[in-house]
Amino acid sequence: MSSNATYKPRIAVFKFASCDGCQLSLLDAEDELLSVAAAVDIAYFPEATRAMLKGPYDIGLIEGSITTHHDAQRIQELRRQCKTLVTIGACATAGGIQALRNWKDVDEFIRVVYATPQFISTLKLSTPIAEHVPVDFELRGCPINKHHLIELITAALAGRKPNIPSYSVCLECKRRNNVCITVARGVACLGPVTQAGCGALCPGYDRGCYGCYGPMESPNTTSLANELHLLGQSDAQITRAFRGFNAWSWQFRKTSEEYEHK
Amino acid sequence: MSSHTKTIRVDTLARVEGEGALYIKLAGERVVDVKLKIYEPPRFFEALLRGRHFSEAPDITARICGICPIAYQMSAIHAIERALGTRIDPAVRLLRRLFYCGEWIESHTLHVYMLHAPDFLGYQDAIAMARDHRAVVERALRLKKIGNRIVTLLGGREIHPISAAVGGFYKVPRKQQLQELVEDLKWALDASLETARWSASLEFPDFEQGYEFVALRHPDEYPFNEGRLVSNRGLDIDAAEYEDHFVELHVKHSNALHSVVRGRGSYLVGPLARFNLNFDKLPEVAQQVAREIKLVIPVKNPFRSIMVRGVEIVFACAEALRIIREYEPPTVTRVEVPNQAGVGQAITEAPRGILYHRYAMDEKGLIIAAKIIPPTSQNQKRIEDDLRDYAVRLMAWPLEEASWKCEQAIRNYDPCISCATHSLKVTVERAEADGV
Repeated sequence: MSSNATYKPRIAVFKFASCDGCQLSLLDAEDELLSVAAAVDIAYFPEATRAMLKGPYDIGLIEGSITTHHDAQRIQELRRQCKTLVTIGACATAGGIQALRNWKDVDEFIRVVYATPQFISTLKLSTPIAEHVPVDFELRGCPINKHHLIELITAALAGRKPNIPSYSVCLECKRRNNVCITVARGVACLGPVTQAGCGALCPGYDRGCYGCYGPMESPNTTSLANELHLLGQSDAQITRAFRGFNAWSWQFRKTSEEYEHK
Repeated sequence: MSSHTKTIRVDTLARVEGEGALYIKLAGERVVDVKLKIYEPPRFFEALLRGRHFSEAPDITARICGICPIAYQMSAIHAIERALGTRIDPAVRLLRRLFYCGEWIESHTLHVYMLHAPDFLGYQDAIAMARDHRAVVERALRLKKIGNRIVTLLGGREIHPISAAVGGFYKVPRKQQLQELVEDLKWALDASLETARWSASLEFPDFEQGYEFVALRHPDEYPFNEGRLVSNRGLDIDAAEYEDHFVELHVKHSNALHSVVRGRGSYLVGPLARFNLNFDKLPEVAQQVAREIKLVIPVKNPFRSIMVRGVEIVFACAEALRIIREYEPPTVTRVEVPNQAGVGQAITEAPRGILYHRYAMDEKGLIIAAKIIPPTSQNQKRIEDDLRDYAVRLMAWPLEEASWKCEQAIRNYDPCISCATHSLKVTVERAEADGV
């Protein structure tokens, strides 16, 4: 990144509406954590350190979706401060599970949870970072795969593109020699339209994929929805299947809306 | 009335999960205001669960917290099983305890070494601490990894595991797979004993409070998923009665709701409460090390929670080894749970304390109402009460050090703000001003 051998890239981790799980992935990289910390300068990462250094930063890792006016402004400022801005996880990349509000009346949501609704300030939509500012790279997953995060940081250090797959979970199943649970047992599975990254975890545990990594490149969601219908899934079940942790990503959104209004 | 006022403020609380701030205003020898501000944006889980099928609740509620997803899965599953009258295989019950052991080891180790210990030793973080205490941090990472290994074996991955389900597990491990954890767990048990002893070597302020401790209590075991909810002030109830005895208050400075015991006020949940109310249920090895490091019940110094977490890691390692010894795979991995209407409540012991869930389902198995009360929102008022008493003692301290001490007092609770709003920011104000 720099001709100066002693220069360490400055990394910052910022949180918006989220569960903290994606940034925790860095602390969960128990084998790599100390070497990563030696290779970079962790300039801002409040979950792990009291030391909070001012920008600019070389790499900004953004967790969480935008759900408040304040956060919508904060991301603009952070974009200016981060040379490379990377979203980590389904919230930052697709709006997260909290995007389910996008189809509901958010004022009614507030009344369900809070006794004094006027204390709560929130936007009507939960939106991904890319709807607000240009994003340089998106790490998928709910949660992200910690090995992807290490690969991303390593690639940034080496000045190359991270090697992260964009094909579907089906390929990971084939590679693991999983018998297809949809074909063999009629289990509903989002694997054919979901981006790889988890290692085909759910099919390996005898359950259908529920789409943590969001839509793969050019997914045929309509065709999969027809298939789910043939397996006996109701329109409401198909709607719910696409309306999970990546519900607001447009391909899943489109299909869920088609089935919701059937 | 003194003319000397001070404000302690910390705008972004570090080494906690989620986003919060602290604001304390002191006037003379009095604390006039304490606010633990939670500005983490709300995500409305209780509302977005409506209309979802009960089978989705464990996966959806896990996303409330990346640090303790298993707690959410366990509370959701137990509440729904109670609503629907589901009877599970005894081996499934054991596996759920083992699953929780993994989360406790991982989460407590993270907190003891990486979030809390740097306060005691004067470091900004564990990475800076590693420069002087490399072996200690390496022990922490290895111990934490073993907790995560249990979770990964049972649940597929550390964060938001995918195997736990209403009725059982999608897939259970073979006996041999669990056996493969034994060597690691034996090391972990030794490392956890070292952790407990090491934590006792830290320096503790002389600070005790008169707490109402609230935790589960089970007749035969240290609590995870079952038991009555008890306190040292006479509470003894079933989970179904929880909402009759506890009230949630919505205060302006927080996106998390404050809980109080009806008619009494703040209370404490988490390691200190569990330990004080269930010491007799700890295995001998954990009781012994607790005595050795002079943890005598009732422990009323919240700073010593780091030692109690150490003892609870010992328990979790010993319990995991016991379960693995006894384990025979279940006859029925996951019982079929038919769609039906019902209402059910459950409380389980998340690493940070009790986590209450209630669900009501209609005849199609769709959720019509959900209520979730996480441990941090229950501790929130208690944290403010601690600070009110503690900050007074810091009047003479330089502002930066006083702020740090207050942060440490908050971290005694291992607060999880992402949970509580379904962050922490500290402000200690200290200005030379006249006339308050």
